[in-house]
Formats: sequence, C-alpha cells, structure tokens
Amino acid sequence: MTTFAQRLWSSTLARHLLLAGLGLVAVALVLESTSAFRNGQFAVMAYMGIAAGGLTVLTGLNGQLSLGHGAFMAIGAYTTALLLSDRDGAPPLLVALLVATVVTLVIGAGVGVAAARLHGPYIAGATLALAIAVPGIARYFQDTLGGEQGLTVVVPDIPGWFADTAYFITANDVSTSKYVAYVGWISLIVTYVLLANLSRSRVGRTWRAVRDNDVAAEIAGINLGRARVLAFVVSTACAGLAGAVLALAVRLAAPSGFMLTLSLALLSAVVLGGLGSLTGALIGAALLTFLPQVVTGVGLDAGLSDLQAAELAPLVYGLTTILVVILAPAGIVGTARIAWRRRRS
Amino acid sequence: MASTSLLTRKQQITDRKGEQMTTWSRRVASITSVLMAGAMLAACGAGGRPDEGEGSSADVVGVTEDTVKIGAHFPLTGVAAPGYSEIPSGHKAYYDYVNANGGVHGRKIEFIVRDDAYDPTKTSQVTDELVLSDEIFAMVGGLGTPTHSAVVDFLNGEQVPDLFVSSGSLQWGDDVESKPHTFGWQPDYETEGKIVGQWISQNMPNARVGLFLQDDDFGEDGEKGVRQYLDDQVVATERYTSGNTDVAPQIAALQGANVDIVLGFNTPSYTALTQLTAQKLNFDTKWFYSNVGSDPELVGSLLARFSEGAVKDGSSLLDGVLTTEYIPGVDTPDDPWVKLWQQVWDEHGGGAELTNYRVYGLSQAYTFVQALQAAGPNPTREGIVEAIEQAGAEFDGPALAPFRYSGDSHMGISGLRVSELKDGKADALTPVLVTDIGDAPITEDNSGAGNDRPPEDGIPDAEG
Repeated sequence: MTTFAQRLWSSTLARHLLLAGLGLVAVALVLESTSAFRNGQFAVMAYMGIAAGGLTVLTGLNGQLSLGHGAFMAIGAYTTALLLSDRDGAPPLLVALLVATVVTLVIGAGVGVAAARLHGPYIAGATLALAIAVPGIARYFQDTLGGEQGLTVVVPDIPGWFADTAYFITANDVSTSKYVAYVGWISLIVTYVLLANLSRSRVGRTWRAVRDNDVAAEIAGINLGRARVLAFVVSTACAGLAGAVLALAVRLAAPSGFMLTLSLALLSAVVLGGLGSLTGALIGAALLTFLPQVVTGVGLDAGLSDLQAAELAPLVYGLTTILVVILAPAGIVGTARIAWRRRRS
Repeated sequence: MASTSLLTRKQQITDRKGEQMTTWSRRVASITSVLMAGAMLAACGAGGRPDEGEGSSADVVGVTEDTVKIGAHFPLTGVAAPGYSEIPSGHKAYYDYVNANGGVHGRKIEFIVRDDAYDPTKTSQVTDELVLSDEIFAMVGGLGTPTHSAVVDFLNGEQVPDLFVSSGSLQWGDDVESKPHTFGWQPDYETEGKIVGQWISQNMPNARVGLFLQDDDFGEDGEKGVRQYLDDQVVATERYTSGNTDVAPQIAALQGANVDIVLGFNTPSYTALTQLTAQKLNFDTKWFYSNVGSDPELVGSLLARFSEGAVKDGSSLLDGVLTTEYIPGVDTPDDPWVKLWQQVWDEHGGGAELTNYRVYGLSQAYTFVQALQAAGPNPTREGIVEAIEQAGAEFDGPALAPFRYSGDSHMGISGLRVSELKDGKADALTPVLVTDIGDAPITEDNSGAGNDRPPEDGIPDAEG
C-alpha cells in the first residue's frame, strides 16, 4: 500500500493530478459554503491567480521581467468581449476562453520574439510600453472596441449539464456569479497543472538554466532565443486566459481596467508570494483580492470615515509589501521553504 | 531537553521516504479537517437567505423596522478623487441630519460608500459587495459614466433601484424599458449642450466655435446637443481621453482653426489643463465649460497644483468663463437652500468646509429622502421606483428646474441657466431654461421650481 502511494507520489504527473483533484474538491466546498459576494471575489482571485501564475513562470523561472502582463490580459478580455457581445450566436464559453488564449498567445509570440533580443531592464521597458499603449488602442478604435466605456460582456447561460451536475453534487442551484467562479477556478487548476508539469520537465530545466547563466546554457546546447520566446508565449497565454476570466467576472472590458497599475499589481503579487512558485502566485493573488476589502472593512469598523478607510487599503498593501521585502526577501513561500529546509537539516 | 533532542535525532535517522509519508499524511489530515470544517460551515450557512423584493416590508432587502440601508460607488482614491470624493460626505451629512430628526417613516438611513477609484473593474467588484454582501435596498448616487455603465445591467438584473446616478449621460433615463430601475438626476449633457448652443447662436451668431470633448458619452451627448443649434458655426472638434494629461495638440488645433469660443465638455482637471496650455500657447479666446468641469474653487486649486504654484489666484483665471448652473451653489450663501445646507453641514459635516461638491451630495440626498417619503411607510424596491415615476416630476427641491420623471422617462433635472464666472461667482445670463432630449424646444421654465423654499425643518414631508 505504502509503496503504491509512494510510487504514485513520486510520479510528477500523478502527483499534480492528485493535487488538482483535491484542489477541485476544495474549490467546490469553498464556493458552495460562501456567499454570492465571496464567490465574486473568488472569481477575481482566480483570474489574478492565473495571470500571476503565468508571470511567476516567466519572471521566476526564466528571469524575464514583464511589466506588460496587464496589456495581455486586456487582449484576452477584449477578445472574449467581442466573442460574447450578445447572447444569441455567441460561441460556447470554452471556445471563447480558448480563442482568447490563442489570440493572446499569438500576439505574445510576436512580442516575445522582440523581447528575446533584449535583456533585463530592456525587456521591462519594452513591455512597459505595451502596458501603456494597449489601453490606448481600445480608446482609439472606439467603434469596434467601445472607447473609454469599453465593451459589455454577456455571460453565456449556464449549460444544462453543468447546472445538473452541480445540483446533483451540491443540491444548490448555480448562480451566474458562482458559475463564473467555477469557470475561473477550473481554468486556474488546469493552468496550474500544465505550468507545474512544464516547470518540472525538460523545458522548465532549460528555462532555469537560461535564467541562471545564459552563457553556460548556450554552451550546453540550449537555444537561448527559443527558450526565452517559449517562456514568454506560455506566460502570455496565461495572461490571455486570465483576461478572458476577468471579462466574465467583471462583465466588462474597459481600458481603465488595464492600466499600468494592473501589471504592477500582478508583479507585486508574484514577488509577495515568492518568485517562481505557483503557490506563491496564488497567495499573492489572494492578498491582492482580499486584503483591500478586508482592510477597508476593518477600518470602517474601527470608526474611520469612508475616505480614510478607502485610503487605508493601499497603505496597508504598501506596508505589507515593505515588510515582506525586508523580512522575507524570497517572498512568503520562498522564505517559508528556506525556513523549512533549515529546520530539516 | 536531552530527551527532546534525542527524539529529533531519532526522527532524522528515520528513512527519508517514510518521513515524507508521515508529513504527507499529516498534511492530508489537516487538509481534510479544514475541508470538513468548510463543509460544516456550508451546512450551517445555507438557510435563511431573504427573498428579494417581495412581500411585506419585513422581507425587503436592506429595509428593517428601523433602518434603510443604501449605498453607492464613488472615487475616494485615485485621479478622479479630488472633488468627487466630497459628494458622499454631503450625502452622509444630510442623512445624519434626517436621522437626528427622526428619520424617514421612523427609519434611519444608513449610507455605505465604497471606493472604486473610477475604475470600472473595481466598480463591478464594489457593486457586487454592496448588493450581495451589504444587501443594500438601493444604490443612490453611484458616480461616473464609464464606471456606472459597468454595473447598470447588473443592478437592473437584480432589480435593485439605481437612483440618481451622478452623471449626465443619457443612458440612465432615455430607455426605461431596458433599465427600469435606473434614474438620472442632474441635467443630461445633451440638454446642457442644447441650451448652451442656443445661447451662443443667439448671442454670438458670428463666432467660430471649437469643441473640446471628453471621448465618451459626456462629450458625445454634449456635442449632439450643441450641434442642434451650432452645426454651421462649429469649425473644429477636438477630443481627449481621460488620463492623457497632454492637451497641447488639441489646444493648438483649436488655436489654428482660429476659434472665437471653445465649448469644453470636460472634467475639472481638464479645465485646469486647457487653461494652462492655452496660456502657454498664448491662445486668447472665450471659454465655456460644462457644469461638470467648471467648479471655480476646485479648478483654482488644480491650477495652482498643476502649475506648481506659478498660478496663485486660480479662480480669477476663470473670469469671463461661461458655464451653466442647475442647483444653487456656495457662491450664493443667502439662497435659502444653501443656508439649509450650511446649517446641516455645520451640524454634521465634521468641521471641513462646505463646497459645491458637498452641496451636490446634499441636494441629491434631499431628493432620495423625498423619494423614500413618497414610497410610503412600507417601502419596497418596486414601490420606490413607482413612487418616483408618479410623484417625481412634482418633487420640490433645490433644483432650478423640475425633474422629468415619469413612466416613460427617467431623465433628471430638465434644465439650467447659462451664467458667467466672475471672482469665483456665477452671474446668471439667462433665466432657467428647460428642454428635453431630441428636438424638444427650449423654453423658459414657468414651473416655479427655482423659487422652491426648503421646509421649516429641512426635511421633505411625505407629499414631497
């Protein structure tokens, strides 16, 4: 028995699938036991988590710093919004999510080819330009992309089989916000399984090799350009999927939702959680989603005015970032891992 | 001590794989217990969700025996916060005043403000929170065109009364069928554009007119109104996107077109930016700014900030600027409404100064209290919507012109007057003019709405 479990655990794919299954059960339990509002927040956490997961692979494993992931999310979100602009004639949700991912992937490949020629801060600069330019495109093509007010997204009807399955298991009817949360978390789990497998495979090892010492990696026969572009493409595909989930959760794709702050927030989530760690990305996404709302609530309960409570949220987030950087420079998960190893040795 | 270290040592000697298994099983156990706790919570939390919008007042979301909970999204932080973040403080002060005087039908009004930083993505999140978590009875005064349009369908889908949106876009009132729960409040931008357009065509018939427009409904609706009267006179149309602070190309284009007057449908920051840029380019022309962008005090302070102190007396820079007014503001301290606002603000404002934005909030709150009075002692969500449709056109209040509320229109205040700024004060150039969207004619207001006086106690009674 033990040996079977051991063997199962030592197989990367089986381990990841097992964790994914457990994750799915946990997601179902959490979503079923929380209010519609929390469901909505979990949907937000899901898309932040997907984008942060993609970014942590790019920055943590491959060493490329992207300040433009918000722009890729915008591409995913706008693709979804265009596909799901009206209830009739809209493709199935899965198709919309896939198309959004693929469109972003293709654009990401184009940017990635350019970015692979650059190093360090220059990649950051190029992607920064993208983060600033992309919302402008949506404003410029006002007729097709809706300008400042953006495009509204119609969440497709919940498919019968999904509603039936959910009812069969949970004895609860599925609301739209819960459905979107499920879609988001299932997307997240699928993405994380793929990313986790990729990072433990040969591809992941080449990425790390390129990050740690590109000269050595090249001598070892790794095609630097190809490894960098691939990492970039994978990462932008995640951002595209995240954008698609965002469009569903927010029911809107508008340029002001994809300003530079979004890209920076993603990066800070990744750094807070721990570079290169998917768990860390998830923790970062949770902080990003829940911290402001919880802090504002605490502030209001403590008798602060609405204005002060609203201003408290960015303050606490900033302080948290400072504290993490000072006390846990490897991020929350990174530092926990180091501490764990030290205790064991 | 010794025994503990021995134990640790023993554990270390144990086979690594075995140890992994024990930690793993321990982890599984802890995960399982968390899940079980979650499941138990689920079992507990499922019951007792209130039915929405039906039955007696005890069942109405957000309404209890002695409270009515309402909420709104406002930009309290971020670029749009200066000025706009003061509006909810006006609301709060007025509700506090009403609550201190016994409330409405014995219920106290609870007003929850959530910060959306003028970002539609966040508006969507905080509206979810207001509707699903705070369980508000109605949204009152949610601010902004791009922000509120992100949530208007959701609010109507959930049948939450979406009252008195703080924006002059047409979409809050012109399509009652698709947005039956949404009501506008301030005069829409098309009405404002029409009235200004007519004034210019009558008083400056040979002027070359340039338009400076925000690139959304605000500019679009305003332009639609202006062009009804000035289509021949408009020689240049320039647009800006909110967030891009360089307006030199637009101002230079207007200068190049040799315009005599620029009509700006823009926010206060862009009033300051256009004034500074025009000075820099030595562009001397007549300006009109939509009511939204013309608060002399805020623009003055913005001018001082943007020019890094080079412009000291900012509000005097706006001397001779044309604008419109639809409620009395702080520049007329003897107006009976402003006196009431001053009294309310002194009692409940918390010491800060009364500003035009707070007056806006106070005036809006007054209309909500009227609506809640009209909805009767047992307000329901449908009830308040019906009450506004039936009685709203007759509401007395600070507005200079009456509301247009009816079963077919949810448009707000029907008109305004054109005025000129001088030393931070507005001098009326016209009587109050009223009109409606489309090709409705512009007429002088004869409803007497501008002569309304606040009631003795400062709280509207049940008859409105």
